[in-house]
Amino acid sequence: MSHDHDHDHGSGSHLDDMTARVMALEKVLTEKGLIDPDALDAIIDTYETRVGPRNGARVVARAWTDPAFAEWLARDGAAAIGSMGYTGRQGEHLHAVFNTEEVHNLVVCTLCSCYPWSVLGLPPVWYKSHAYRARAVSDPRGVLAEFGLHLPAGTSLRVWDSNSEMRYLVVPRRPEGTEGWDMEALAPLVTRNSMIGTELALAPTAQKASQP
Amino acid sequence: MNGPQDVGGRHGFGPLILEQDEPLFHAPWEKRALAVTLAAGAMGHWSIDQTRWARENRAPAEYYATSYYKLWILAVERLLVEHGLVRPEELAEGKALFETVPPKRVLKAQDVAAVLARGAPVDRDPGPVKPRFDPGDLVRTRNLQPPGHIRLPAYARDKVGRIEALRGYHVFADASARGDEGVAHWLYTVVFDARTLWGDDAAASDTVSIDAWEPYLEHV
Repeated sequence: MSHDHDHDHGSGSHLDDMTARVMALEKVLTEKGLIDPDALDAIIDTYETRVGPRNGARVVARAWTDPAFAEWLARDGAAAIGSMGYTGRQGEHLHAVFNTEEVHNLVVCTLCSCYPWSVLGLPPVWYKSHAYRARAVSDPRGVLAEFGLHLPAGTSLRVWDSNSEMRYLVVPRRPEGTEGWDMEALAPLVTRNSMIGTELALAPTAQKASQP
Repeated sequence: MNGPQDVGGRHGFGPLILEQDEPLFHAPWEKRALAVTLAAGAMGHWSIDQTRWARENRAPAEYYATSYYKLWILAVERLLVEHGLVRPEELAEGKALFETVPPKRVLKAQDVAAVLARGAPVDRDPGPVKPRFDPGDLVRTRNLQPPGHIRLPAYARDKVGRIEALRGYHVFADASARGDEGVAHWLYTVVFDARTLWGDDAAASDTVSIDAWEPYLEHV
């Protein structure tokens, strides 16, 4: 959006309604000294370039390679994750949940869009959609099938409805064939969706397997 | 509030729409909406619960027809007016016209990183207040039907579950949404068998958990 471009509030406006509405709001708040426009740019930059799912992937990869860290993460997720520098908004009360052979975890917020921004960034559209929020609790296996994930019959599914300020990070199972890989090699296998529970971590490719 | 936001278990929303490599924002105004909402919230005049209430307290037809970030904008406009920071005429005109209440604080660009990193933890010191429930206890969620904000989903009311964990002593959303951030209660993770919630069509081994403040719960 161009900010040096005056918006015409009359009939000559070529801006869509929401663009015009948000620009008007920003202008009012700026003129009244309630917001600093440069702060808005800094907020956007933070969530576009600095905070995203690579934070969470590093947490998971470290948990896979460092048993003491994994134990800390299980016991006090917020502190363990905070020690890696991933703190802040929508990550104040983080709890890590570990997938096992017996239990697969899935996170949803049926009431709004609670999501662990500090480790995963802003949520994808599907996470915020009514379709996901409605069915993740009542038909989680159907939802997972739409992601292409079919759990083995013997696996229990645990859905976490994130409805207070608690936020959840799913620690997917470490893929087979990654024995001896270090954290840096493992982190690319950890997808955002695998940390919500709608996918598994990626299997190592032949190319990646040759890297460590 | 048994409002449109409480969609857990509702039918009819259709299949998921999954985008490949979806962008964080789908229009430039959406990123401004995010930033304005956070910056306005940083003035400190309202809580996250008041923000949620401002988004959800509207007719279902409007809620479902309104895009995600448009709801954010409608809510922040509502909050700014309710708290006397802006008048509706100013929003309509797109310019400042009145002296209104001064902000408690203004988020400056150089402070953004520190403020976002600090977050806004909602856990509080319980003092002498002891939790009523212990992990392993069976509890029934109360059949609460308040017209105001509540974080107990409708599908999980009047249901028997098990306390799994104590999550600390947290600001109580129901009171905070009314502007009183001084009320806190013990928060628990409560696990329900999926069949308790959804009947025999649910998988026998599946579970759903919620985080519930103590006033939502009673001993079985």
